[in-house]
Amino acid sequence: MGKVLAVTGNQAIAEAMRQINPDVCAAYPITPSTEVMQRFAAFVADGKVDTELVTVESEHSAMSACIGASAAGGRVMTATSSQGLALMWEMLHIASGMRMPIVMTLVNRALSAPINIHGDHSDGMGARDCGWVQLWSENGQEAYDNLIQAIRIAEHEDVRLPAMVNMDGFIISHSIESMEFLPDDVVKDFIGEYKPKNPLLDIENPVTMGPLVLPDYFMEFKRQQHEAMLHVKDVVLEVAKEFEKVSGRSYGLFEAYRLDDAELAIVVLNSAAGTCKDVIDEYRDRGIKVGLLKPRLFRPFPYEEVAEALSGVKVIGVLDRAESFGGFGPMYMEIASAMMTNGSKPIMINKIYGLGGRDFMPEHAAMVIDELKEIAETGKVKLYKDYLGVRE
Amino acid sequence: MKGWKELEIGALTKAGSADEYNTGSWRAFRPVWIEENCIQCLFCWIYCPDSAITVKDGKRGEFDYMHCKGCGICAMECPGKKGKKAIVMEEEGK
Amino acid sequence: MSTTPLRLKELSKKEDLLTGGHRMCAGCGAPIAIRQVLLAAEMPVVVANATGCLEVSTTIYPYSAWKVPWIHTAFENAAATLSGVEAMYRALKKKGKIKERIKFIAFGGDGGTYDIGFQSLSGAMERGHDIVYICYDNGAYMNTGIQRSSATPLGANTTTSPAGKVIPGKLQPRKNLTKIMAAHGIPYVAQTTPAHWRDLMTKVRKALEVDGPAFINVLSSCNRGWRTPTDRAIEDCKLAVETCFWPLYEYENGKLTINQKPKEKKPVVEFLKTQGRFKHLFSPENEHLLKKAQELVDKEWEDLLREERMWKAEEGE
Repeated sequence: MGKVLAVTGNQAIAEAMRQINPDVCAAYPITPSTEVMQRFAAFVADGKVDTELVTVESEHSAMSACIGASAAGGRVMTATSSQGLALMWEMLHIASGMRMPIVMTLVNRALSAPINIHGDHSDGMGARDCGWVQLWSENGQEAYDNLIQAIRIAEHEDVRLPAMVNMDGFIISHSIESMEFLPDDVVKDFIGEYKPKNPLLDIENPVTMGPLVLPDYFMEFKRQQHEAMLHVKDVVLEVAKEFEKVSGRSYGLFEAYRLDDAELAIVVLNSAAGTCKDVIDEYRDRGIKVGLLKPRLFRPFPYEEVAEALSGVKVIGVLDRAESFGGFGPMYMEIASAMMTNGSKPIMINKIYGLGGRDFMPEHAAMVIDELKEIAETGKVKLYKDYLGVRE
Repeated sequence: MKGWKELEIGALTKAGSADEYNTGSWRAFRPVWIEENCIQCLFCWIYCPDSAITVKDGKRGEFDYMHCKGCGICAMECPGKKGKKAIVMEEEGK
Repeated sequence: MSTTPLRLKELSKKEDLLTGGHRMCAGCGAPIAIRQVLLAAEMPVVVANATGCLEVSTTIYPYSAWKVPWIHTAFENAAATLSGVEAMYRALKKKGKIKERIKFIAFGGDGGTYDIGFQSLSGAMERGHDIVYICYDNGAYMNTGIQRSSATPLGANTTTSPAGKVIPGKLQPRKNLTKIMAAHGIPYVAQTTPAHWRDLMTKVRKALEVDGPAFINVLSSCNRGWRTPTDRAIEDCKLAVETCFWPLYEYENGKLTINQKPKEKKPVVEFLKTQGRFKHLFSPENEHLLKKAQELVDKEWEDLLREERMWKAEEGE
């Protein structure tokens, strides 16, 4: 059993990083993830970790230095948010294309304009196609647990891909919650020694990394990345099983909450899931069969498993804390795709909520469930995509 | 050509493998070494962009025509002996 | 280990660490400079390369001309990428996982160095990484087809500063990056050319020996962009130095030394007239630009001489 402490989400991440003790961290401060690297810098300054901290001059350079360090042959971590991730965007693709198992915490925040420092998922969703494994976390405990597991997932021989752990900005990053930390030696044993693959610093066996690849070979390397992603689901489950042994906490590809006999379901990521679960309990008390699905692994997306879990549901409300202007929200598109894999044809509506840190309140969850219930009864949908919690 | 299962992941490339690649076919003009005019200054060697001048024990040998692109820098920089160049450029195929 | 003397006979016994078979254009100055840099190094080096001619042409998959460990990630970040490599080296050395002394060299063109990579270069230098950044400056974005950069000289005809009927080529003088790097207060900054191989190799050795960041700006001919015959790479660099368009100098811990003072400073037109990119400047209506070009060279040269005199006076020489 580890220690139980009341800490902020950022503190939990910094603590996980201290226990992981990566060889190199390169980072640039940005709200709301700044505290992660601030606390970590203090660990470096106090000699509590062996890490070389590279305090770069931008997030673009942060990810560039992370790639260089990872290529050199060691364990590498960083953290960022929003505009920082946007500035890294070019390098995110390069990290995955070069197969660098870098692990990053993304403290989710809205993208400008207008500039806004609060939590939504537009940053993480914008990085959807960058070839990174994405894990999402409801609270600080999950973020801490996910970060430790992400090391194992990213570095797994069958994967060798970068991974990002998402956690809601401010709502989680700056809120204090009571959570359990693993003992340092347990984390150390769980992640194990880093095993470099063809490191750049092996001067006896020089390699060329990052060459120009023309149409004759380019697709083969993309196919390799696809293959690596295909292995992720199994690795996530395998790592989760081992993690449960050391922590007692169980993780899957997603969390299904009161979904077994549900006729109505909400699909939602991260902190809003907690609010929804409370409201679902109230509706269940009134005999309404409603459940929730909270994806944990968003990239690769576990389509078949999600479809299976939602196969008995008649009406699904997918909540997106990110916009795809002119399209459905990104989570809606995934759920719609998932439902195509098993032929079940639920009615699906999409609600855009919580942008720029707008509060998601229990009454919002109740409004969605009421609407799902009405659709189930009438078979009629007023609007497939709508905003929730916005003033007219 | 190799399929995706056989390729090293992430496009990792073998160091120095370009040595096997023929750029000699690019040449329009061919440098010709006239040994009797050569003072072994090795300017041709240090100024060659294509590592195409073979040197053994500090003395130059024949051109590496597999890599020489025929730019003519060696001939231009050759001081020669008594006003006679040790490298001259000749049109290929003549 | 004894140091290889900077004599060609001795140097030629070392292994060439850039192979032939790369696909740089015939007569390109960059691979000449790179070969000299790698020959100068007397310890293992790891190279990071910014996107550009050098990077694409030397590593067309599955071929690589590099016999040293080499990495490319993107265009604007060779210094940042190498910062990470060097940081990992320090981390692993501290843990005893690496024993050897390894040095780190970044190569970038003027696009990747003066312009898009300027921020990451400045950051890496300020952070004090033990790396040597070498810019091969051919005065335009040659890889994408000769577009102007902030290193392009005044009046040059490029594809984005074309000499037209109204505008006579590039209207702005080039940025003095070597001076800007010197202003970073790093231990070693220098300017050289591959035509001056002994000067270049001496500077590379000094740069590798200092503990901390170093920057070397290497003038490098591009016959496609400069509009010259393919055999001019060395001759044009010699003219650049003889006209003081590109003085050879260095800053060692902030102290300036001019490494070569032409006995007779040639007029800058001697450097300009061999190159097609300046051809239009020789039309009567552009005479003012030639005058301006000479003024720019004179000013930079006089400033350097003055600064060197100041250093000498201070040391009572």
